[in-house]
Amino acid sequence: MMLRIRVFEEMVGALVTANEIRTPCHLSIGQEAIPAGICAALRQDDSVWGGHRSHGHYLAKGGDLNAMMAEIFGKATGCAQGRGGSMHLVAPAQGIFGTVPLVAATIPMAVGAALSAKLRGTDQVAVAFFGDGATDEGHFHESLNLAALYNLPVVFVCENNFYSTHLTLKERRVKDNIVESAALHGLKGVVLDGNDVTSVYQAAQEAVRRARSGAGPTLLECRTYRWRGHVGPAADLEVGEERRRELDEWQRRDPIAQCRELLSARGVSSDLFDCLEADIRAEVDDAVRFARQSPGPDESELLHHVYVSRRGV
Amino acid sequence: MRQLTYAKAIREAHAQLLAADPRVFLIGQGVRNPWYAGTSLQDLDKEFGKDRVIDSPVSENATTGAAIGAAITGMRPIVFHPRMDFMLLAADPIMNQAANWSYLFAGQVSVPVVIRAVINRGGEQGAQHSQAVQALFAHVPGLKVVMPATPHDAKGLLIAAVQDGNPVLYIDDRWLYEVEGDVPDGLYEVPIGSAAIRRSGKDVTLVATSYMAAEAAKAVEMLAQRGIDVELIDLRSIKPWDRNLVYSSVGKTGRLVIADAAWMSGGIAAEIAASVVGEIFHALKAPIARVCLPDAPAPTSFVLEQAYYVGAEQIVFAVEKVLL
Repeated sequence: MMLRIRVFEEMVGALVTANEIRTPCHLSIGQEAIPAGICAALRQDDSVWGGHRSHGHYLAKGGDLNAMMAEIFGKATGCAQGRGGSMHLVAPAQGIFGTVPLVAATIPMAVGAALSAKLRGTDQVAVAFFGDGATDEGHFHESLNLAALYNLPVVFVCENNFYSTHLTLKERRVKDNIVESAALHGLKGVVLDGNDVTSVYQAAQEAVRRARSGAGPTLLECRTYRWRGHVGPAADLEVGEERRRELDEWQRRDPIAQCRELLSARGVSSDLFDCLEADIRAEVDDAVRFARQSPGPDESELLHHVYVSRRGV
Repeated sequence: MRQLTYAKAIREAHAQLLAADPRVFLIGQGVRNPWYAGTSLQDLDKEFGKDRVIDSPVSENATTGAAIGAAITGMRPIVFHPRMDFMLLAADPIMNQAANWSYLFAGQVSVPVVIRAVINRGGEQGAQHSQAVQALFAHVPGLKVVMPATPHDAKGLLIAAVQDGNPVLYIDDRWLYEVEGDVPDGLYEVPIGSAAIRRSGKDVTLVATSYMAAEAAKAVEMLAQRGIDVELIDLRSIKPWDRNLVYSSVGKTGRLVIADAAWMSGGIAAEIAASVVGEIFHALKAPIARVCLPDAPAPTSFVLEQAYYVGAEQIVFAVEKVLL
């Protein structure tokens, strides 16, 4: 899954550079262990809620790769029929009810999905994915409090990549202590290496188990780093002097390379990796072909779906 | 027919909805406190339990956002904001999220949430406890906005809002809470988007919203005594609003006064006036008059409040003006 996200996003980056994709694309290259590790601990009927950087969440939760590529191309075959682009992804059958770019906006919505599960008497879990920038918003703190207060089955996953667009974490807060928000609001908080997929998966399993069993919400602060800029494929090296050094350091901690080393040490052959990578590249190439060949939305549909019709409810 | 107050009609709608549909729940600040809600939610927590009648922290953003998330995943929440001013802290969930999701996701996701805002002004409460910003929300595609003026509509529109399937802003006015009127016993809906003719007349069309519909009824009586025959339309829904009814009435009378107890600039009255001018200009025999609040925040001092708020007297004056 990590490789699938990586190859998909590298392709999207190349197509942005080639001007074939125009919609703003926020790439999560370097952060793939988090969606992969978290979603591996979820069921299909659990929900995930994301933001502007959610290609990985969508794929890891089971969203259709072709439909996302077509969406990014603005085509009628896209997962949102060309109304969403990269920043608004959806796959309700997979529990992806929508990812949107308003920072922190979906955090309370995940809390609501958890409240809904509790009121409906199911054991579904809701996961909110958000960046460290979102923890600067009131949404985040209000939501943590509500989730703890009502003991809701929600997992808050902070992908702390140390940047909110161009601003570093230390330019935005006095302390590097996002996880402490959990204890302040009365829920469990865990800090972990977000580039180690095994750690992420284990932490997710525990958080999901707690949520599903009624033991309440968890905040996971997954420390990671985004290799590319805030938006688009460039590396944003101009944001500060430390960026180059940090990037070199974090690229040595590539989550995919680390996972591959781990698996090699356990006897997985390099042929198998090569085969897997070739399959993924073929899948992504096919998706590009599918997206290119797909028709755009019909202009007659411009005003459809502003409201749902009563019959459809 | 049985008489209920406006507040009790709202309460009855909630109670019947909670009883009829397990998906319905209520969340917001002060839902079990009469200081916030008058009698409009009285003892619902005792009747339906605190799990479904959730008195929340002062977290407008998270409670509204959570209601939206719950709506998307199968529930029918009603969010309560005891003052419309407070609801502005939830502008992101309402305007960016609830309003957009159906369109953004091509109808695959719907947001059947009712967001109730109470206009609770007067009493020297001042600028941040008095606002009526319905126009702000009516501006946004994807939202529906209703403003009942009678006990009958207060109940029927709340039920319609919960059944609608779209995000609906339900705006009630504390100045109407003690008004009594006929209210049917069972669950019934007042269709969203349909206005009501409260009095037929031939001289002037008077379109009024919410509290001003009650004031307009008084004005119409005063005017009738002077031989002026006013057709009074209670708009009931301001998004969508009942264009056809307004156009047909103005087509008959040729004169239009619009009364909306909110700021004049960029308001509902402006929208109706612009639509009438754009669509049936030739039917008009006189300029359109608007009775709205002055473009200033609400003052506190009783003396200034008296000067600030409009009512029957200003409506009478406006009707006489368009008849000159």
